[in-house]
Amino acid sequence: MEFALLPEILSSTVRMSVPLILACIAGLWSERSGVVDIGLEGKMLVGAFSAAAAASYFHSPWIGLLLAILVCIMFSLVHGYASITQRGNQVVSGVAINMLAAGLTVVIGNSWYKQGGRTPQLDDASRFLPINFPGRDALFEMDGVGPIAKIFLDHSVLAFIAFALVPLSAWALAKTRFGLRLRAVGENPQAVDTAGISVARLRYQAVIIAGVLCGIAGAYLSTALQTSFVRDMSAGRGFLALTALIFANWRAWPALGACLLFGFLQAVANFMQGFHLFGVEIPVQVFNALPYIMTIVLLAGFIGKSVPPKASGTPYSKDR
Amino acid sequence: MSTRSDLPAWVDIGLIPALNLVIAFIMAGLVVLIIGENPIKALAILLGEPLFSLQGWCNILYYATNFIFTGLCVSVAFHAGLFNIGGEGQAYVAGLGAATPGLILGGALASILPNALSQPITLLICLIGSFIVGGLWGLFPGYLQAKRGSHIVITTIMLNFIAASLMQYMINRVYRPTGNQAVESRAINDAYIWNLREIGNLFGAKLPSTPLTPVIFIALLAAFAVWYLLWRTKLGYEIRTVGANQEAAIYAGISPPRIIMITMMISGGVAGLLAFHEVLGPQHKLLLEYVQGAGFVGIAVALMGRSHPVGIVLAALLFGLLSEGGTQLSFEIQSISKDLVVVIQGLVVLFMGALEQAFHPLLQKFFRQES
Repeated sequence: MEFALLPEILSSTVRMSVPLILACIAGLWSERSGVVDIGLEGKMLVGAFSAAAAASYFHSPWIGLLLAILVCIMFSLVHGYASITQRGNQVVSGVAINMLAAGLTVVIGNSWYKQGGRTPQLDDASRFLPINFPGRDALFEMDGVGPIAKIFLDHSVLAFIAFALVPLSAWALAKTRFGLRLRAVGENPQAVDTAGISVARLRYQAVIIAGVLCGIAGAYLSTALQTSFVRDMSAGRGFLALTALIFANWRAWPALGACLLFGFLQAVANFMQGFHLFGVEIPVQVFNALPYIMTIVLLAGFIGKSVPPKASGTPYSKDR
Repeated sequence: MSTRSDLPAWVDIGLIPALNLVIAFIMAGLVVLIIGENPIKALAILLGEPLFSLQGWCNILYYATNFIFTGLCVSVAFHAGLFNIGGEGQAYVAGLGAATPGLILGGALASILPNALSQPITLLICLIGSFIVGGLWGLFPGYLQAKRGSHIVITTIMLNFIAASLMQYMINRVYRPTGNQAVESRAINDAYIWNLREIGNLFGAKLPSTPLTPVIFIALLAAFAVWYLLWRTKLGYEIRTVGANQEAAIYAGISPPRIIMITMMISGGVAGLLAFHEVLGPQHKLLLEYVQGAGFVGIAVALMGRSHPVGIVLAALLFGLLSEGGTQLSFEIQSISKDLVVVIQGLVVLFMGALEQAFHPLLQKFFRQES
């Protein structure tokens, strides 16, 4: 590895981690309430499309973000209706969401813009650019501190939102009444129901939160990381986020660590064509596969153990 | 996976899929309307156009060949209560098992045997190879589920991504001839499955250009074999018992871990046959991404076909029609992408899989008097 590339790779690590963190925390909320969400990938994709389309039409990234969130909430509600109200199979519903998202974004994008599913290039005014705080340029040019500050601070507002969501979610899930109830619903819905709290209501709230976060993740992809939407631009990030969630054993702080690690692997894969370790060439595909291999090893219980919320994946019905 | 129903059988296997399909088409029609085209015209092309030409029929059968394999893959696992989302990866990795004997063994056999003998023998080895490699890629998550308690849905998803990386590496670094620009193996001429047109040429018949090969008969045979396995053998009975009630299976002396592993081996193996078809048939070489989402279409096919081999063959034909129709639709109405078919597949999975109980109360009210 070229040492000179390190600041670049670390900066890229942060950029790659942001959508993973957002989707991973989305999954955390949903799955902690007992609703398995395979559809993170699809929601992120429709979010990215909606954000890019709205941002290019209204010339405002914020309207793009808002629309992405709204559309993702709609998809979340479909998932919620299937898995909470109809007590359908949550995995199947998630698979359906992913297929719908992959199809709809291309069909609609292709008919609107006639560019094979791509949306128009966004100008700087329609995108989330790195925040221009006072003294930014002076700070980044300082010797020693500059490059390090650049790694952490040269990012758009969505990145800061993502990082802020980790402590916020950890706190909300551990300390607030809402968070505690939500976790209880994911572990033992009967008990929560007996206490006179609506299981369905809590789970709907959880999937809506997941929708909001997926919307932000999607907007980040198409209006901050890239300059337009392209087909399948989520490129497995939703599944990678899901993997990070499992790797982190469904907890917020470890999820941040997992997302940063997976983001680092993505960044390395992007920068390196051949990575040499002790003279042995490591192919780039190893970096792409590593998160999944590590998580399978963890899931198999060879190192540590990953245990999902007890009631996750099982619909709740009163009459049992 | 499928729940016992108190509705008349014809409602369960006929009316509900039909009803869900109609709703899926109505919603797809709404999408067409939103993008400013005529939904009636679009659906007429999608469902009608391929039926009016021999080439259309051939292409439908070509797509159906792949969908039968992946549909069977999903449904075999369903019967043991397992949701195998990994058909995509299993069919992809199985390409190694399909291509390798053809590339290595085929030439050796061809040098000692006459062509008429070496080709079928090589093809048979390729067929077994793709079944075994696909099966091993399915057995692994089966083992993890059975012995280590890792959830099969999660592990099969992850193995799809690992498969993608593995194949990218293998094709790029191992199978690609040095100096070759395209990331693919050399042509596999020693295990060459003829398409219908090439077969027609033998008899002097002029047939349309189509990727359809006789492998469709292997697909039908596989469907029959799965039916026979599940409903006519002891193993099949054990698979279905484990799927229906694991506790009861243990009482009956069946070992669920053993059955889970065998089922996943078969499930992955059947998906692997897609590689035999696609790599040696239409493509004649090992190349990137040749599965093209057929593994996921298999989920829709299995749900639509109610996990029964006859239903799966019919559903595979339907999705074959949609795939071919989608291509023709995108030719005739430029502003409609053929990805409209993916939307319809998604809607079918949503309504047949996740919302299958939605019409249940209504239908129950309607049919209770009769039954």
